[in-house]
Amino acid sequence: MQLRASPHLHSGRDVPTIMRHVVYALLPICAFSIWQYGLSSLALIVTVTLSCLAAERISNKLSGTVNTLSDWSATITGVLLALTLPPAFPLWMGTVAGFSAVWLGKSLFGGLGHNAFNPALVGRAFVQAAFPTAITTWAPAFAPQRFTEFIPSTLTLPLMQPNDISAWVAANMVDGFTGATPLARWKFEHFVYPVQDMITGAASASTGETSALLLVLCGLYLIARKFMDWRIPVAVVGSALLLALAFRLFGGDEYPPVHLVLLSGGLMLGALFMATDMATSPVSPRAVWAYGAIIGVVTILIRYFGGLTEGVMYAILFGNALAPLLDKYLQPKVFGARR
Amino acid sequence: MDRPVHSEAGSAKGLSLLPAPPAHLPLVEGSKSSHGLVSLFSSWRRGGFQRGVHPAPHKGTLDQPIKRMPFSRKLVLPLAQHIGKPSVPLVAVGEEVARGQLIARCDGALSAPIHAPADGVIEAITPRPNTRGAWTDAIVLHVYEASTQEVRCNQPQDVDSMDHAQLIAAIQQIGMVGLGGAAFPSHAKLNVPADKQVHTLIVNGCECEPYLTCDYKLMREWPQELMAGIRIALRASGATRAIIGVEDNKLDAMAAIRPHLPADGSITLQAVATKYPQGAEKMLIKSLLGLDVPNGGLPSQLGLVVHNVGTLALLGRLLPQGQGLIERVVTLAGPGIKKPGDYWIPFGTTLRSILDWAGDPDCKEREVILGGPMMGSAASTLDIPVSKGTSGILVFDKRMLEPITKQSWACIHCSECVNACPMGLNPSQLGMLSAKLEFDEMAEHYHLGDCFECGCCSYVCPSHIPLVQQFRAAKAFLRERKPI
Repeated sequence: MQLRASPHLHSGRDVPTIMRHVVYALLPICAFSIWQYGLSSLALIVTVTLSCLAAERISNKLSGTVNTLSDWSATITGVLLALTLPPAFPLWMGTVAGFSAVWLGKSLFGGLGHNAFNPALVGRAFVQAAFPTAITTWAPAFAPQRFTEFIPSTLTLPLMQPNDISAWVAANMVDGFTGATPLARWKFEHFVYPVQDMITGAASASTGETSALLLVLCGLYLIARKFMDWRIPVAVVGSALLLALAFRLFGGDEYPPVHLVLLSGGLMLGALFMATDMATSPVSPRAVWAYGAIIGVVTILIRYFGGLTEGVMYAILFGNALAPLLDKYLQPKVFGARR
Repeated sequence: MDRPVHSEAGSAKGLSLLPAPPAHLPLVEGSKSSHGLVSLFSSWRRGGFQRGVHPAPHKGTLDQPIKRMPFSRKLVLPLAQHIGKPSVPLVAVGEEVARGQLIARCDGALSAPIHAPADGVIEAITPRPNTRGAWTDAIVLHVYEASTQEVRCNQPQDVDSMDHAQLIAAIQQIGMVGLGGAAFPSHAKLNVPADKQVHTLIVNGCECEPYLTCDYKLMREWPQELMAGIRIALRASGATRAIIGVEDNKLDAMAAIRPHLPADGSITLQAVATKYPQGAEKMLIKSLLGLDVPNGGLPSQLGLVVHNVGTLALLGRLLPQGQGLIERVVTLAGPGIKKPGDYWIPFGTTLRSILDWAGDPDCKEREVILGGPMMGSAASTLDIPVSKGTSGILVFDKRMLEPITKQSWACIHCSECVNACPMGLNPSQLGMLSAKLEFDEMAEHYHLGDCFECGCCSYVCPSHIPLVQQFRAAKAFLRERKPI
């Protein structure tokens, strides 16, 4: 006779299932970036993911816990982190990013579920501080030789400065490549990128943030399968949109057009795949709305008034820090509570 | 003399919570003229209750009628099969009793008597495991092999000529208790205190637990008895109207009931969404009337009383015949049952004899569940008897137990529990507090007391954290610590 306390049934959904589906949703984005950037992108995604898995396994061994590779969370961290790095990022720096993401972002807090900040973004913040030049060096998409040779900086020897890619860019004869992202070109030249370039992946950007359309489609898959809280992307994008609209309407041409804000940089990738990280977002619906709105607003404020061209990463880390507080003060409304 | 239904001295306190006085409440849609779709639309318009879960129904034997099971040789009748004071035995060891004979009287107002479920001889009055597995006093009846299904000890009575006090007493005398699982004496629930007034009787035909089909089949087979029971309950409680709430996956039960609805509209039928825990009293009231029972409060504050369809169908059948409650419909289901279905099972039949007859002998490492799989309890021994509150006996095998017990993870804040809790609690936070034994914080700031243990949180948790199980322990701790 077996004895258990009720309920005796379970929905059948477990942590690895959720995480695995997030990985599935990221695969089309990886495929698109490999099509754009070729071998370098493939090598970067594989290297960063393997370094995250290695870091997770080593910390399992050191702390004497069970093997947690099977929960797929380290895989998500690795793939997401790779997608936020520039395609020409040296592989050895990607390895540093992977290890710092898992160790500083997750293991230090006690593993999956205990981490306060999104591990992938912790890794990216680490390398942004450590390698400020490499992380803002962009490579052209659709280079003719992309499937036969690496972008030179990819294969930089460990602990060395990245190899110069200007000769390679010239040799590949990519027309109109400026090496600046749409957001940077707006900030420094007030140049408005055409919308189609930001949909088709022709604009300079991090590995995984080049096609807003593809990101939305992959996000919709997770939302449809109920592996993602739809409120978070809606709140992040909605608040960013409203604020950008207000600036454009009342501030005039000094501020970028709304489509540039929505389609460029990491906004879509962050709103759909970073801010929605379960462990670091609030649980109560009201807190979730507030969390998303804060991320959207802070993103716009950093982009418009900060020294950086991009603000999604710090906005999400800021939101992560506020999440427990939001949960505490914005509890769900209890059934039958007196208003 | 009937209880006045609209006394001027009706409690102002009770009525103040209502949107309108009872007489002006609109008749609920979905009465006999409207179809399932219309009722569906009206329940959607009213909103229903929020959140909840959709477990697979597993309602396997819907096409079969209710059947009978052979008498077991020995019946064990715990003296406390109901909430309240245990009954007092009226028989001695060695005494012969007939099916339906009163063998234990009630002790006080909150108590119910017990009748002999079969012809036989009293073998012992001694402690035996009750449904919760605890050893309490029980009457052990040795059943004669020639015992028949005929009930010889009943006294038909004219219910219509009884006054209110006689009616309440008559309901108590047949030993009627709530058959939904709580086993609260029915007469006590129907006997509304003089300072309160009840205007609406909610008839709970939801049966939202997976596997269970006993209420569904009673609705389908006994609609006339159900109507008679509703009329008795209306008179006893002083309510002026009754609403039967049925989940919209039981449309043929609704079709069976609809022709028997009275023309005056006093009893109406309404479909509600198929969703667990739709059968919880507060959730059903929300779905039918759009009213929130205040937290910490009872439906009677809103002028409502809720009864289960099974209770009222048996009340309508037994009370006019003056026959005691001696058996009930029990669902046998699950992979460890060879003859699944719904059976009339006499009280006192032990799980052992039921499983010897209907169980799968090859099912090893099984778990025997009393009641539904979401809220029912696992039996610790097969010596446990079926009692008045047993709605189902489910036998689960090892395959069904493994997925939940195999591995668990830390809370990943996925918020599935928050999106499942029908009471709007934060089980994730409660779970973390209970892991740290912060029971007072749980009760004071996270509304632990509002949890009615439906189990939705544990059902959805992808980390397999035993949430509701921890909340039960926390509540028990706080209860026992309180000075009496």
